[in-house]
Amino acid sequence: MTKAMTRKTRRLILIGTVGAVLAAAVGLVLYALSGEITLYRTPTEIAEQPPKEGQRLRIGGLVEAGSVVRGDAGRVDFKVTDTATALPVTYVGLLPDLFQEGQGVVAEGKLDPAGLFHADTVLAKHDERYMPKEVVDALKAQGVWEEGQPGGPMPPTAKN
Amino acid sequence: MIVEFGHFALILALAVAVAQSVLPIAGSIRRDPALMAVAPRASVVQLLLVVIAFAALTYAYLVSDFSLLNVVENSHSQKPLIYKISGVWGNHEGSMLLWVLILALFGAAVALFGGNLPATLKANVLAVQGWISTAFLAFILTTSNPFLRLAKPPIEGQDLNPVLQDIGLAIHPPLLYLGYVGFSIAFAFAVAALIEGRIDAAWARWVRPWVLAAWIFLTAGIAMGSYWAYYELGWGGFWFWDPVENASLMPWLAGTALLHSAVVMEKREALKVWTVLLAILAFSLSLLGTFLVRSGVLTSVHAFATDPTRGVFILAILCLFIGGGLALFAFRAGSLSQGGLFAPVSREGALVLNNVFLTVAAGVVLFGTLVPLIVSAFGGAISVGAPYFNTVFGPLFGATLLVVPLGPLLAWKRGDLLGALQRLSVVFVLAALVALVVAWLNGATHLLAAVGLGVAVWVLVGAFAELWTRARFREAGLATGFRRLVGLPRSAYGTALAHAGLGVTLMGIVVTSAFQSETIVEMKPGETATVGAYAVTFDGIHSAAGPNYSEIVASMSVRRDGVLRFVAAPSRRLYTTRQMPTSEAGIHTHGLSQFYVTLGGEGRQLGAVVVRMWDKPLVTLIWLGALVMMAGGALSLADRRLRVGAPKPARRAAPTVAAD
Repeated sequence: MTKAMTRKTRRLILIGTVGAVLAAAVGLVLYALSGEITLYRTPTEIAEQPPKEGQRLRIGGLVEAGSVVRGDAGRVDFKVTDTATALPVTYVGLLPDLFQEGQGVVAEGKLDPAGLFHADTVLAKHDERYMPKEVVDALKAQGVWEEGQPGGPMPPTAKN
Repeated sequence: MIVEFGHFALILALAVAVAQSVLPIAGSIRRDPALMAVAPRASVVQLLLVVIAFAALTYAYLVSDFSLLNVVENSHSQKPLIYKISGVWGNHEGSMLLWVLILALFGAAVALFGGNLPATLKANVLAVQGWISTAFLAFILTTSNPFLRLAKPPIEGQDLNPVLQDIGLAIHPPLLYLGYVGFSIAFAFAVAALIEGRIDAAWARWVRPWVLAAWIFLTAGIAMGSYWAYYELGWGGFWFWDPVENASLMPWLAGTALLHSAVVMEKREALKVWTVLLAILAFSLSLLGTFLVRSGVLTSVHAFATDPTRGVFILAILCLFIGGGLALFAFRAGSLSQGGLFAPVSREGALVLNNVFLTVAAGVVLFGTLVPLIVSAFGGAISVGAPYFNTVFGPLFGATLLVVPLGPLLAWKRGDLLGALQRLSVVFVLAALVALVVAWLNGATHLLAAVGLGVAVWVLVGAFAELWTRARFREAGLATGFRRLVGLPRSAYGTALAHAGLGVTLMGIVVTSAFQSETIVEMKPGETATVGAYAVTFDGIHSAAGPNYSEIVASMSVRRDGVLRFVAAPSRRLYTTRQMPTSEAGIHTHGLSQFYVTLGGEGRQLGAVVVRMWDKPLVTLIWLGALVMMAGGALSLADRRLRVGAPKPARRAAPTVAAD
């Protein structure tokens, strides 16, 4: 009888432990999802529907030609465009090697009340043939995506 | 001609794999030794054929045979020899061929070194390996054939992606694949056990060396990849929570859990069902990793050119093996007998806790990796980045680390938690002291760092508590103690080292994250800037030419305490064929710390450059810790228990911890 009890107790302890760890994990995940996820928006969507203040955003588009201005101490200002709307972005740091005017780019950061996007991360890809998926989607949404645009960065491999 | 031989060999390998998938199983059902004996022979033949195919492709790269599409797309006649070779697996088709080569290698290894396996188990294990081979060989031949010829060969190739032209990337994929694919053995053993409906402690003893070997390689592969990203991408970070990095971390977590649960099964015959499930999960996560990398469904800095048909094919393989494995598990797990009992506070209990933490950690990483996919299926668009993973994974893994030193000090069946804590009291005091000193020196700003360092010391020093306890210096005196220490099994040292490695890595992560200094400055020649303990003078730039690139190199004199330590030479390269720029960081290691500088674009003033510099204290510990973990794994692998095959069930290994 006592043996059966202990087996049961042991099982309860095991289930309790697993449940506790799982509950902690779920709690952490929910907490992180409420504050730490990044919404993906195109410049046009941001213009039409300004996000909540402090919301982390990920924007994608092309670096507008002629918009890159280098400032002091590694500060760079540029505009990200989905060809309909251009969003001013400021970034402090070294830009990726493949960052170029007219090329696709993804930036992560926050929008300030004045409408300037403070990027803390700027991504271009490993591969010069690459166009970030978000950029392709943004351009498609604007109806300006053409297969194999002349001189454009659209490679056959970036088709989705 | 050689290329056609390779192609033909690959097709033959598929035929052999099909035979290996079917005949041995039929043999094991009909108790026909002749049919079962097909398995080892088929796996050796399959290895030979895949080696021929791989060698043929390598040959095509070496002689720059531009009649091959794959060579044209990824090679160049002027490319240095080492990158011609590594170019073989620096692309999708070739890397899948490497995947299959390693799979065949493991299969043949089981065939050749599995002499002590029961005939039916061996036949079934190799048959399951055959299924995996068949799936992936069919995948290569139908969607990703590296042997496709071109009707009109160009004169020159398009070169390998420049960031892949690096020694780190030459060896990273093979190591990673040895890890990923190594778990296929565990999977095969699990499925074979489910088919037979029989499993015992001996099973765990057979599986463990393979899991351990795979785990060592996976650890090496992850560490190598992390170091490559650190120095080659020029961002100065060591881990980005990129989907592809997560794809390698998840099997590592599951594999680590499997290693530990297999110990329980081997020693105590408990946790059988769970271990089998973990074996299936570890390989499933490896497959998922392959799928994520190869299909490009997730936006990742690693994903290269992708092709939807391949994604669908790999997804089908994924569903077949994961779904099939889990279905078989659900169907048959009930028939596996229950194992031994143990108290919640015991070595088994600690290992169960380890398993719970590791699998939950793998689960949250999986969730974070896949949730953007799920959301995008419903029309949303989010990305889950480092903040999520740091918030969720950090505390979970931190909690795991807290209990790491305790586990080995608990006895099997029924442990003495109070006694274990008492034995760790010195370690605890030391860890608390370190945390307090760090907090006191840096004020409240680095509280997290203080706690992190305390935990690191706790894990690092606590890892050796078991050895210390088992030597029993206090009662037996120095001489006897040392004799005992030397006489301990290698697996005890392996455990200690692997756990200590965790502490080392954690220490590197905490110190680098909390105490690194970083600066971005525009410098004219002759100007000096400081970062951390360094004064850096920009001496000027000059042009240089490499075999397949031209570069601009900056020379920067780096002084520490007024003494010239070295001249850093960060550069920006332009690979001529692809017209693709890359930057090469200038890195100097002194002791365990590093100075790191990357060259940005030109500055606004004439002749000026923008540079980003870091003083990264103790950063090398991050990867040295991984080396220590691997050394621990290797020591465990060299343990007598695993070398001397013939398993005797429930044999007591070495004197157990004095707890009772």
